[in-house]
Amino acid sequence: MSWTSRLPRPTRRRVVAASVVLVLVAGLVGWGVWPERAAWTAQDEMITVLSGPERNENVTLDSRLYLPRDRDGKVPAVLLAHGFGGTKEALSDDAESLAERGYAVLTYTAEGFGRSGGQIHLNSPDHEIRDAQGLLDWLAARPEIQTDAAGDPRVGVVGGSYGGALALMLAGQDQRVDAIVPSITWNDLSTVFLPQSADTSATGVFKKGWAGVFFGNGGAVPAVGTESQVPVGLNVDPACGRFAADVCKAYLDVATSGNPSQATIDLLRKSSPAPTLGQIKAPTLLIQGAVDTLFPLSDADANARGIAATGTPVKVAWFTGGHDGGAGPQTDQDRVKFLTAQWLDHYVKGEGEAPSDDFTYSRVAGFSALDRGLVTNGYSDDAYPGLDGTGTTRLAIAGPAQPIANPPNGNPGALSSLPGTGGRLSELLSGVAADIPGQHATFESAPVTEAIDVAGSPTVRLRAASPTGEATLFVKLYDVDQSGAETLSAGLVAPVRLTGLPATLEDSEVRTVRLPAIVRQIDAGHTVRVVVATTDQAFLSPVEPATYVVQAGTELLLPTVVGEPIANPQTIWRYVLAGLLVAIALGLAALLLVRRRKSRTQHTPTVPEHADTPLVVEGLRKAYGDGFVAVEEISFTVRRGQVVGLLGPNGAGKTTTLRVLMGLTMPTAGEALVFGHKLVPGSPVLSRVGALVEGPGFLPHLTGLENLQAYWKATGRPWADARFDEALEIAGLGDSVHRRTKKYSHGMRQRLAIAQAMLGLPELLVLDEPTDGLDPPQIAEMRRVLKRYATDGRAVLVSSHLLAEVEQTCTHAVVVNKGRIVASGPVEEIVGDSPSVQLEVSDVPAAERVLDELGVRSVLPDGPSGLIVDMNGTPRSEVVASLVRAGVAVDRVVPRRRLEDAFLALVGENSRGSGDR
Amino acid sequence: MSVDVSAGATGYRPSRTLPIWAEVRRQASRRRTQLGLGFMAVLPLIILIAFEFDSGGDEDGNGGAFGSLVDLATSGGLNFALFCLAVSAGFLLVVVVALFCGDTVASEASWGSLRYLLAVPVPRARLLAVKLMVALGYSAVALAVLTGVGLLAGTLRYGWHPLGSTVAAEIAPGAGLLRLLGIAGYLGVTMLVVAGLAFLLGTLTDAPLGAVGGAVMIWILSSILDQITALGAIRNLLPTHYSDAWMGLLSTPVQSDDLVKGALSAVAYAVLCWGFAFWRFTRKDITS
Repeated sequence: MSWTSRLPRPTRRRVVAASVVLVLVAGLVGWGVWPERAAWTAQDEMITVLSGPERNENVTLDSRLYLPRDRDGKVPAVLLAHGFGGTKEALSDDAESLAERGYAVLTYTAEGFGRSGGQIHLNSPDHEIRDAQGLLDWLAARPEIQTDAAGDPRVGVVGGSYGGALALMLAGQDQRVDAIVPSITWNDLSTVFLPQSADTSATGVFKKGWAGVFFGNGGAVPAVGTESQVPVGLNVDPACGRFAADVCKAYLDVATSGNPSQATIDLLRKSSPAPTLGQIKAPTLLIQGAVDTLFPLSDADANARGIAATGTPVKVAWFTGGHDGGAGPQTDQDRVKFLTAQWLDHYVKGEGEAPSDDFTYSRVAGFSALDRGLVTNGYSDDAYPGLDGTGTTRLAIAGPAQPIANPPNGNPGALSSLPGTGGRLSELLSGVAADIPGQHATFESAPVTEAIDVAGSPTVRLRAASPTGEATLFVKLYDVDQSGAETLSAGLVAPVRLTGLPATLEDSEVRTVRLPAIVRQIDAGHTVRVVVATTDQAFLSPVEPATYVVQAGTELLLPTVVGEPIANPQTIWRYVLAGLLVAIALGLAALLLVRRRKSRTQHTPTVPEHADTPLVVEGLRKAYGDGFVAVEEISFTVRRGQVVGLLGPNGAGKTTTLRVLMGLTMPTAGEALVFGHKLVPGSPVLSRVGALVEGPGFLPHLTGLENLQAYWKATGRPWADARFDEALEIAGLGDSVHRRTKKYSHGMRQRLAIAQAMLGLPELLVLDEPTDGLDPPQIAEMRRVLKRYATDGRAVLVSSHLLAEVEQTCTHAVVVNKGRIVASGPVEEIVGDSPSVQLEVSDVPAAERVLDELGVRSVLPDGPSGLIVDMNGTPRSEVVASLVRAGVAVDRVVPRRRLEDAFLALVGENSRGSGDR
Repeated sequence: MSVDVSAGATGYRPSRTLPIWAEVRRQASRRRTQLGLGFMAVLPLIILIAFEFDSGGDEDGNGGAFGSLVDLATSGGLNFALFCLAVSAGFLLVVVVALFCGDTVASEASWGSLRYLLAVPVPRARLLAVKLMVALGYSAVALAVLTGVGLLAGTLRYGWHPLGSTVAAEIAPGAGLLRLLGIAGYLGVTMLVVAGLAFLLGTLTDAPLGAVGGAVMIWILSSILDQITALGAIRNLLPTHYSDAWMGLLSTPVQSDDLVKGALSAVAYAVLCWGFAFWRFTRKDITS
């Protein structure tokens, strides 16, 4: 369609506009992708520290120091420790954002990982912790780092998981640490890998899934071709990889039997913050994830209680994420980042108010509509409530004592979580959980009447009987919706190992099982299901097959916290939206006001002396953007009672002139006055003008009559003023007015368009080529109509390239050519008497002689017997008489009054090349 | 000589030209209006019949974002209406809205009737305002017909049940109806971008198909770019970025953050487009 064929010409303006748009778009994209100039500098360094129990082992640590680029004097430092299996590279984002906040940040790869030397001692106080002390010494010696005393740098320690434990243990071992932010980390490795959820002293159940991931992650044997460049000369035992021998031995011990020796338990305890919590004096911000089957919320709880016991400031925050859930939704990441910065700013940098000791957590609200990720809502409470909540909801659960079978080797096993896969949070929450028939007992509540905001560790009582005297059980809490779909919150299960059990249930003791802490809203109408299973793939269960009988207590205690919703920073957008809407409304109102004021002024005639003249065109000029001048300069007047013909060859500028008169095109210069009003687009005075410009324009799906009616409706004028009958009579379409205009012939459309122009009998009628497409009788009729129309003080302006038409229709004519007026005035004056005569004579040479003697201006041959004679004032009668006297027979004498003469004389023979105007 | 206060013909008032009702009837008589609205009414019925052919056996794939909605579509009238909205939101509604808004001025230009309206004279800004309001009205009616017929047909066939989704708990029928209306409303707001683009193009070209197609193409282009995560934060500026945010209305509590941003983006784009359309149209030479 014309969509493609009308590609605009590349004028200078368009090229400029397109370039501007291009540059803007390119700039915007560039601004988005261009890397910002870093506000910090970074420097890699291999730092050698003295480590080991005797402080006599040299360990080289691969480190990087970030320094703020624009710093005033000395800056406080942050030591960033990575998670298990990571390197300093994993910390670059955190390090950069802390450096931007004005901290010197030291990241390093822990001993036994990456390019650093040494072995993995699992955060041994004699090794990894001592390494970190060496780094504190190193920091204190740097000239850029602020110090509290000689050799005591102003430093905070931040780390997650393995790094989090390091932060806790370093603060417990070295009082130079000023603040710590440990996240998703452990309290006691022996309870982490051997958890026991029942109130008994029996050793817990080996968490084989995570232990395998943990040990395997230590890079047991570096794969060929990987980037982890183990320092040369290191003797790598394929069974232990870079683990230190004692750690490796402990793992093999526990992983084989699930029943570790005391030495192993001692080693795990030594590699834990628990023993030294009481010595921590550095204010501690504990961040723990609620979707973490490795280090669940209870670890942070134990750490918080241990540190707070000595009066050290402790703050706890939970987020929806962790070793299973990852970094969590953006809102949680933002909150954690904010809390960390606030903590460090106050306790390390000494800026900002002391963080309040409120407790913040988040709860899953649903899936994000955009990326199918999780959406959480943040909540806060005045103080950390621990795992028992601020309130308790008691739910009755029911179910008979049930026998459940333990399969040999725990296979097949129930599935609750997928350790180490870092699976999608949404999958974990919508449940990978699956129980094996025959291997689990269920105890269920009635549908809850109102939503319960669970936050903490639910507790339930349990009795069990076992023929072997022992039982390994896994207690889980499902949220079951109305349709029966069950959800195991975060895939968390409570492993229980009971010993000394009787063979029958009657003799068994009641044990209290503390389920893992969860944050969940149990909606009204949902039921709560407690499942006791014999297997779980994440844990090691007994090799021997056995059948237990279990019976849960009748009551489930759900700790609840009803926190205050944290104001969502996104709420600002609501105000932005409201602001935008108000601005639009105000802008619109202002615009309307201005327009209304403007339109009032349009009603006053601008040139009062022309108030009674239908049309005055003065000095009209129209030049297009591409330099083409359609109308050079045109001035003429149409008075009442006149039928004025705008005469000119195609492309003379007639249509452009009429377009200006209709307010469709803006003139470059000059003006058109209709009844004294200057014409601008939409001038109200246009309502006194009826027009046909550049052919008819009708709605093709309406009939002729409907088109006229639709047009008149659009004028908004009284129905009776339209004079439909008169207009239809002029159109002369008969019954065809009830046919759709798309079936009309060209002539029918033309007549309908003229009728439309005459609707309401406008005082000035402007018709562009009105006889186009009409047959001769219709043309004759049209002439009569137009002449009659101009009576009663109305006026008509007709444009035409046909001279005969103008001569026969118009009282006045304006002849234009190449955008200029060539002549104007009454038709008779313009046409005038032609000075020449066409003669047809019997003897042409004789006639020429006679004529020469008469003194006419010129004689031209016109065919074999014709002559065209410019009379030069000689009367025709005298010419004929002279010829006859000379014996020349005169067949015909035709006075040359034809318009062609006049027209061609005015505009010149050749009007080609003037272009379409 | 007495100078008439009103420069126009007797009975002529600029503010009375092209009455809204006249424009409504002008458009109502057009085949494309009737077809567009008719299809909106028929679509839910077609979907309903299609579900009747469900043999219940095939489980091919999860069907992406709509997978869960397909499974739930036959669970009640609310879910059925929701499904109808969800499948239309991506393309069908876009085309219909682009048709109503892009074609309204461009088709007058292509018929040649635009210059006669302007010679009435209907003030240019008024012409655009009336045309825009009527086009938006028809778009709203299309959305309402789709929702209403879907709700009615679905309720008659599947009953009046809570609004279910896999992202959150079931929502009681009364509240569910409000959510459904909210979703329809939000879709209407996002369609303002299409309305803006199509209307702007419609005032710049005489080719109705060019305006409609151009707006749809820009929408599709934006949707494609939105899939490219490498663009990062720039994607937030894309007009289609928040077009799926209505799903936030299915969760409890409602996730309104993206809805607000989506509405903001849509309104801003629409106002920019309309503003430019008015600015350009009131100044340009009408060459049609």
